[in-house]
Amino acid sequence: MSDSVDPMNSTEPLGKLQKPATAIPSMAQVSKERKTAASTVLQKIRTSHPRASRVPDAVFAVIILLSAISVFAIVVLVAWELIDKSRLSLHQFGIGFFYGHDWDPVAGSFGAMPFIYGTLVSSFLALLMAVPLSIGVAVYVTEMCPQRLRAIISFLVELLAAIPSVIYGLWGIFVLAPLLREYVEPFLARTLGWTGLFTGPMYGLGMLAAGIIMAIMVVPVIASITREVMTAVPQNQREAVLALGATRWEMIRMGVLRNARIGIVGGIILGLGRALGETMAVTMVIGNRPEIAKSLFAPGYTMASVIANEFTEATGDLYLSALVEIGLALFIVTLIVNALARLLVWSITGGTARVRA
Amino acid sequence: MGVGIEVRGLNAWYGKNQSLNSIDMTVAANHVTAVIGPSGCGKSTYVRCLNRMHETIPEARAEGSVKVGEMDVYGSGSDPVEVRRRIGMVFQKPNPFPSMSIYDNVAAGLKLNGFRNRKQMNELVERSLKLAALWDEVKDSLHKKSGASLSGGQQQRLCIARALAVEPEVLLMDEPASALDPISTSKIEELIFQLKQHYTVVIVTHNMQQAARVAEFTAFFLMGSLIEYDKTEKIFTTPADKRTEDYITGRFG
Repeated sequence: MSDSVDPMNSTEPLGKLQKPATAIPSMAQVSKERKTAASTVLQKIRTSHPRASRVPDAVFAVIILLSAISVFAIVVLVAWELIDKSRLSLHQFGIGFFYGHDWDPVAGSFGAMPFIYGTLVSSFLALLMAVPLSIGVAVYVTEMCPQRLRAIISFLVELLAAIPSVIYGLWGIFVLAPLLREYVEPFLARTLGWTGLFTGPMYGLGMLAAGIIMAIMVVPVIASITREVMTAVPQNQREAVLALGATRWEMIRMGVLRNARIGIVGGIILGLGRALGETMAVTMVIGNRPEIAKSLFAPGYTMASVIANEFTEATGDLYLSALVEIGLALFIVTLIVNALARLLVWSITGGTARVRA
Repeated sequence: MGVGIEVRGLNAWYGKNQSLNSIDMTVAANHVTAVIGPSGCGKSTYVRCLNRMHETIPEARAEGSVKVGEMDVYGSGSDPVEVRRRIGMVFQKPNPFPSMSIYDNVAAGLKLNGFRNRKQMNELVERSLKLAALWDEVKDSLHKKSGASLSGGQQQRLCIARALAVEPEVLLMDEPASALDPISTSKIEELIFQLKQHYTVVIVTHNMQQAARVAEFTAFFLMGSLIEYDKTEKIFTTPADKRTEDYITGRFG
């Protein structure tokens, strides 16, 4: 349908079409007049707006540079502050703090491992549930859903992101936890108990509940970004696959998901970032017990939760310092996870030929 | 080997706008047929109806009878996926898969159709790239370079190779050279000339000289109707219809 005209290939009349000879002098004259008029206008523009002043340009450049530098400054300041305030604990426990299992404020013994474990496992659980769901939502919305429903679903998904996390927490305590306790956990114990991941007492509250709550909170992030990048895939990619004799699913897989995969990974990273740092809802449903248990029914604790819970009641400098060091650990874990994710993206984009659909 | 195409009473709509009015046209097997006409005359819609790509646009639909060889394209038991596999298509803008290597681009259609034999696949990829006159330029970087790293003209030939790899019976080309420079255009034209030995080619073009150069038959479309359809020399030298004459002599369009 699109009919761009290529000047290189433009059609010359094949017949003997000629312009009437009488028109030629007047045409030339008109064009000459136009030319002189145009050149005087150009002259005017050039003289009335001398491009001498470069000051606004320079000011603009400085402002932009400052905003770029401020990002570095904030990161460095946060890191430095965390290290500075946790000096006492750093000195006392050394590197052992990060793999210590003990968290006993009364005895003055602190170790971050249960919290690091809790944060990583609950976030991983959340992604495990949220990623397929989000991609499913995005695929449905962009590729299959009727126009009218599209707006409604997108709106609802984005509404999920607007619910405050304390509401998610309340919902987790009053709706999700009883549901898990009565139905889901007994079922999982019966069918998948042999894996060791679903054993022990069923409280409802615990690692599994935290994972589910966070999955719900992360879905809007991943789904809306995935939807955006999928919408950005040019229509001609879809047509290319369809024209080869592809079914709708093959078209989505080869023509859409494959082209959007880097953006989707980006969305997952953002979702993960939200999960790692999520505090309120998780604190309300994870059970808040600093221990490392294999079973997902067992209560756990996350780095963000322990800081939120215990900061106000931390007595003694060492206790306070240890909590700040938990913050440092969260900072480092987030950094490492993001770096790994970035590496993943590079490995996908780098070896184009090696990666198969 | 190519097969002929029989179009009877083909109508097409975008929403409520009718863009094709009962087209009847018989396309000869193993020949190149050009479809010309001004912008918006329905020529692209027409070729997209031949392999049921038209209906992939929301609210677009087509009715009528199209027979490609033995296959009834709009028959009740017809599967658009099968139709499109047997009727290849090349688009106006080169659209290789940017995330795939050159090899995987050509092999994409084969993989979609469940082709697994590695050795045969290598042969088919090589054959298709040779047919598309691209083999010599890419044979050393089949797996190293992505489809998007090629020049525009090479990309279009890659797309032709990709369409040929699944061994279609008919090849539809929707302004395949309009986004290319003259050198690439002449390469594509040479290629079209070669392809008619194996395939039936229908080419939509804006460029009347191109139609005159590559096609044995030419159809002139205007406002959704087929105005004139005849041997190319006849269309360009002694057209029967006044409107055709006006168009080819550049009086409008």
